[in-house]
Amino acid sequence: MSVSMTETEARARGARDDKAERAKLTVKDFKGQVDPDWCPGCGDFGVLSALKQAIVELGLQPHEVMTVSGIGCSSNLPGYINAYGMHTLHGRALAVATGAQLANHELKIIATGGDGDGYGIGGNHFLHCMRRNVDLTYIVMNNQIYGLTTGQISPTSVKGMKTKSTPFGSVENPINPIPLAIAGGATYVARGYTGHVKHLAELIKGGIQHKGFALIDAFSPCVTYNHDNSHEFFKQRTRMLADMGHDPTDFNAAMEKAYMWGEVIPIGLFWKRDDLPSLDQLEPVLADGGPLARRPLGVPPEIAQALIRELM
Amino acid sequence: MSRFDLAIAIGGAAGQGIATPGDILARIFVRRGLHLNAYNAYQSIIRGGHIFLTLRTSDQPVLSFGDNIDILIPLNQDTMNRHLRLMKAGSAVLYNSDKIKPTTVAEGVQLCPFSVKELAPALKGDLVQNTIALGVVLRLIGVEFKILEDILFYQFKRKGDAAIAENVGVARAGYDHAGAHFKPFPFVLPDTGRKLAFFEGNQALAMGGAAAGVRFYCAYPMSPASGVLHWMARHGRQLGIMVRQVEDEIGVINMAIGAAHTGCRAMCATSGGGFALMSEALGSAAMMEIPVVCINVQRAGPATGVPTKTEQGDLLQVMGAGQGDYPRIIVAPTTIPDCFKTVPQLFNLVDKFQCPGIVISDLLLSEGRASVDAAELDFNVPIDRGEVIGLNGAALPPDDGYKRYQITASGISPRALPGTPGYVHVVATDEHDQEGVLISDEFTSANKRQAIHEKRMRKMEGVMPLLEPPGMFGPVDAEVTLIGWGSTQGVIREAVQKLGDEEGIVANHLQIKWLVPLHAEAIVSILSRSKKTIIVENNYSGQFARYLRSETSIVADGHIRKYDGEPFMPHHIVDGVKAILAGATRKYVPVHEIMV
Repeated sequence: MSVSMTETEARARGARDDKAERAKLTVKDFKGQVDPDWCPGCGDFGVLSALKQAIVELGLQPHEVMTVSGIGCSSNLPGYINAYGMHTLHGRALAVATGAQLANHELKIIATGGDGDGYGIGGNHFLHCMRRNVDLTYIVMNNQIYGLTTGQISPTSVKGMKTKSTPFGSVENPINPIPLAIAGGATYVARGYTGHVKHLAELIKGGIQHKGFALIDAFSPCVTYNHDNSHEFFKQRTRMLADMGHDPTDFNAAMEKAYMWGEVIPIGLFWKRDDLPSLDQLEPVLADGGPLARRPLGVPPEIAQALIRELM
Repeated sequence: MSRFDLAIAIGGAAGQGIATPGDILARIFVRRGLHLNAYNAYQSIIRGGHIFLTLRTSDQPVLSFGDNIDILIPLNQDTMNRHLRLMKAGSAVLYNSDKIKPTTVAEGVQLCPFSVKELAPALKGDLVQNTIALGVVLRLIGVEFKILEDILFYQFKRKGDAAIAENVGVARAGYDHAGAHFKPFPFVLPDTGRKLAFFEGNQALAMGGAAAGVRFYCAYPMSPASGVLHWMARHGRQLGIMVRQVEDEIGVINMAIGAAHTGCRAMCATSGGGFALMSEALGSAAMMEIPVVCINVQRAGPATGVPTKTEQGDLLQVMGAGQGDYPRIIVAPTTIPDCFKTVPQLFNLVDKFQCPGIVISDLLLSEGRASVDAAELDFNVPIDRGEVIGLNGAALPPDDGYKRYQITASGISPRALPGTPGYVHVVATDEHDQEGVLISDEFTSANKRQAIHEKRMRKMEGVMPLLEPPGMFGPVDAEVTLIGWGSTQGVIREAVQKLGDEEGIVANHLQIKWLVPLHAEAIVSILSRSKKTIIVENNYSGQFARYLRSETSIVADGHIRKYDGEPFMPHHIVDGVKAILAGATRKYVPVHEIMV
């Protein structure tokens, strides 16, 4: 008598195979087609490394992940990781990522870019992506400078900073992305430092696991154009929020920590809430039927008839 | 058999409720199988101003809103002042004599005053005069009261029996008043015994998108394109279309591109200003080779321009949108039903050639209304997604050697949808090689750049054979050929008929729908037989004339241009042709006599 596998058994076996397959993947499996062209010592290497670690630890496969970036040194990241990727226009990563996420909510979409890309030219998309609580993980490699354009102030450059575009010192106040994100509706707000890759990987992992919009602002020093906010600068000042007894579900505490800047600069998870659904969860069209992108096209005849009747 | 032809115009201020009687009349016409063409002239104002809705109906297809008005319904004195002087013998003017007084009137125009105070003493509110006027007009054109009663019942049933009774009562009072005091038109509104449908151009575009299988629609509100968003928003859930209102048009097009890349058919619509913001991203869709459809509903520019007025002033914008050379397909639907048919055609093309497609409409087409035979609204359209790996989750053996931008003879490289195992790749707006690896940053390669750029551009060569070439309408040996593009097809065709019937001038007509790529050789061949050519377009600088010249070296003998914000009326073109043929001018710019 032949024994056929029951559906449950098959599923269980599939899950085991899947798990075995997943377990095999290491950080090396996520090496991209080309090596990064970042300057030696660039903080972005730390983000790339942390991102790969987070993906491996979550057991994700290359085809399940899509990175979406804008333009800038850090936005070259999709080319350096073995996953689906979109290297879009300057400032537009979050808009493109939103469309992609809503069209295929089974993909793990990670938007990456720099402070100029995200907080400057892409600022409007950033605001609206947060209030919509789109299920994205957004990693901003914040070096407080425009690097690829050879050194001009960015939205996060500190007041007084001298660059090619501000030879006498910037007179403008910088954006502080952490309180902006907390107030703006992001449901997971963290800051890392590329000098602490393991910690950063944990923050990214938490962001990917979080259902909703997760911002991870990562201090990613530019060794070529920003000599003020260097590794030295951050090493001396960054302090883990976890060591400060911070409760990331306490809004007031999160805001208070978010404004700390000076001799002590906190890193870690500032703010997290799990009680708000993400945009894809709120969208009735996605209620059932799987990702939009996989649904068959066409209008059923009875609906077509109803549409025509409206016109008569 | 002479043609039945009737035009009714309703005018008033914004907020006076012109849309409702307009809709009721339109419905009465199409339910009797009469054809319809309607145009609403309005301003960017929520209350006040001057709105003027013209509904023209006939037992034959109606090509434009026409030159004449048979029945004028001024809802305020301003409308009376503006339009009464243009009314001709045989026409009628219906108005509330409590508030509105006639100005100078031509002989033979029947004035049909009614007093709201007398006919509906118990009722208050501005809208009563509209209902009475409907009763009057239907009596004058021989429509039985029962039809209006049924429509009013349907319209007011949510407000309860009292409201129905009230409205039916005043409509009846108007109907009977007209029977007692006014001379009816010498005809009974025909009934062909079948039913037609009617829709607005924006609805047609949206429905075309639905038929094409659009799964993601996003937009930022902008007149006169918002109608597409409104239709999509109302029907999206029923159809499984995700509809999003986005923070700005840059976000709109980029969101659509993101959705399209994962495998959805994605569409957006805007007007010229929003389109300008989308320019860079349209180029990025071409660079990443992602199919997406964008509709530009033109309004009078530049800048904010005249938001509620029409123009064909964005041709050069859509052709030149974005930096660099890139493949794009641009189409200008020629009628409202054609809007419905064009969108699925364009989706098949952009999917096949993996590039952006642009529909260029305008206010006249998008906010105009036309009748359509329901049989023409076939939602079961052919769908060709092109070469796609991983569509509908279909699995293919993983391919280690997959190259997203593989160089092929056709220029088309199979695209793999994100999420498909074994086809991982990166798409980039930076120049890249076959694998998708950037060649712009580290080691720029002139050879690779040339090869991949040629691959992308080569795709356009495959598009043209799939497009229906333009054809000449009318006798080959005509005295003069009128050339137009997009929305002006109907009015030019009517002008051709008028030239023949009333002026003894034999004209023919060439209308261009597919603008990019352009059937240059076919056009040269068609026009080689023309004795004189006149290009008709709704802009100042002759954007199409310049384009045609650049692509074919054809220099038209004359130009008829209009850029006052209002669409052409048939007589504008007739007058222009006469003036140009008489040698009075090479460029004729009509004066829009109607003060709207």
